[in-house]
Amino acid sequence: MIAAVSSSASKVATMRDAIAGLVRDGDTVAIEGFTHLICFAAGHEIIRQGRRDLTLARMTPDLVYDQMVAAGVARKLVFSWLGNPGVGGLHAIRRVTEGEAPTLELEEYSHFGMVGRYTAGAMNLPFFPLRSYFETDLPTANPLIRPIRSPYGEELVYAVPPLRPDVAIIHAQQADAAGDTRIWGLVGCQKEAAFAAERVIVVVEELVDEAVIRADPDRTVIPGLIVDAVVVEPFGAHPSYAQGYYDRDNRHYVEWDAISRDPDTLEAWLRDHVLGVPDRAAYMELLGAEARERIRPSGSAPSGEVDYGRYA
Amino acid sequence: MSPATETAFTRSEMMIVAAARELAGQRVCFVGVGLPNIAVNLAARTVAPELQLVYESGVFGARPARLPLSIGDPTIVTGAIAVTSMLELFGYYLQRGLVDVGFLGAAQIDRFGNINTTVIGDYATPRTRLPGSGGACEIAINARQVFVIMRQSSRSFVERIDFRTSPGNLGGAEAAARTRREQGWMGSGPSLVVTDLGIYHFDADGEMRLDSLHPGATLEQVRDSMGWEVRVAADLADTPPPSAEELRLIREELDPTGDHRG
Repeated sequence: MIAAVSSSASKVATMRDAIAGLVRDGDTVAIEGFTHLICFAAGHEIIRQGRRDLTLARMTPDLVYDQMVAAGVARKLVFSWLGNPGVGGLHAIRRVTEGEAPTLELEEYSHFGMVGRYTAGAMNLPFFPLRSYFETDLPTANPLIRPIRSPYGEELVYAVPPLRPDVAIIHAQQADAAGDTRIWGLVGCQKEAAFAAERVIVVVEELVDEAVIRADPDRTVIPGLIVDAVVVEPFGAHPSYAQGYYDRDNRHYVEWDAISRDPDTLEAWLRDHVLGVPDRAAYMELLGAEARERIRPSGSAPSGEVDYGRYA
Repeated sequence: MSPATETAFTRSEMMIVAAARELAGQRVCFVGVGLPNIAVNLAARTVAPELQLVYESGVFGARPARLPLSIGDPTIVTGAIAVTSMLELFGYYLQRGLVDVGFLGAAQIDRFGNINTTVIGDYATPRTRLPGSGGACEIAINARQVFVIMRQSSRSFVERIDFRTSPGNLGGAEAAARTRREQGWMGSGPSLVVTDLGIYHFDADGEMRLDSLHPGATLEQVRDSMGWEVRVAADLADTPPPSAEELRLIREELDPTGDHRG
């Protein structure tokens, strides 16, 4: 029998300390989460701390990157789909990427290409091969997408380079103090992004005991082994959602379309909702009880339980 | 046709219904963002109750209880057959060839079904920056066949697309079939385009052919909303109008707020 090794010291930190300590000017930062579990709270703290020249990587730059670009923290986007999902365009990003003199650099792939880039980064591989891109204009638009011939035949596939963010920020439902992290619902490429990154910040709705993690190890997506900080931030993904905790605040996505069309309105929104509040709790306070009520799930749908068995 | 029938539904409703009907008999459908989402969810409630809905966010066998607001809505997770990582979804399900129909929208399409969702104008200095590929590029290559649903206009049906995001029949069916065979692609390319005016399939040479006109639409309207000379089937059909039940499902269950019907 092997004695249980207790986890290392607590990595629990405030959002302010986690961002101050782990996100630096000029970094490549990946705030991932595919529609689900997008850490707006971290994006807002990065804006408050005035980071500059960031390369923002994300499969689907949505409102949080529109806000960060508008606030001037970004130099470049690395992405595969740019938009306000289900609503329309991202107007702050459009203003700096359209017309005669775009000022925001773009490096674009397809979804599978971005997933492949994180995977190669996570596995320490020099590239990831995929069948996408053939007979498209994407390799011309982005010369980092390159054809290679199979070493075992005549087929051509395309290669994408590894993506190794300086920092990955992963929102999740639960983690323990050591950073062992549980996600249910859409997992997107959260695991690949975390393993690819140099530093990892996990932001959770709820802190749990290590025993909760160990009772259901299949659900652990990210081990504390690769986590540098655990931030406990309820509603940290608003206006996106956290499965089982709260729904997407669709009203906000729709309203963002009008807010972001006008630079002055957008600046006022950032002043009131980001720069003018100290933290996420104050942001939720500002939105009021009505918003929390609006995004409450309409009912409960618990998973069945499985029996792992004991093997002493 | 009676005037009552013409005013009883919108062009968008006709488009959604026509697209949904085409999914009869299909097993696995990859659901794109926007119009495909409502068409596929209508099909699942009508002609294709056994259809397995695949969402690129990592869901196989979704059974959404409401119309998903996006392709990552929590309602596609609760009650699904499987939630996968996106690596598995794109690698094991799509690139492996398990998707029968990929259902896409588009900003621009040409006569051979090549699609642009990236930019209008020059790539480096675009007039309009569009979302980009998302999963469309790999869906167009790997889904067994591709359905497209989009509103038709002279700006969207163009002789020459500004950027090829997703390959269709390339410059013609023969070259496209050779490329697909030589490169080991699982997909055979576009097979259907449904618009607010009619239904198109693809001729043996790979060019789009108008096979059916929706109620109230005319050939003149079709010609006025295309950048090339439309090819019309010898036996051009009339699309049957939406049934009362199809309209009820759209209006009461799938799109009660009317966002997709205008």
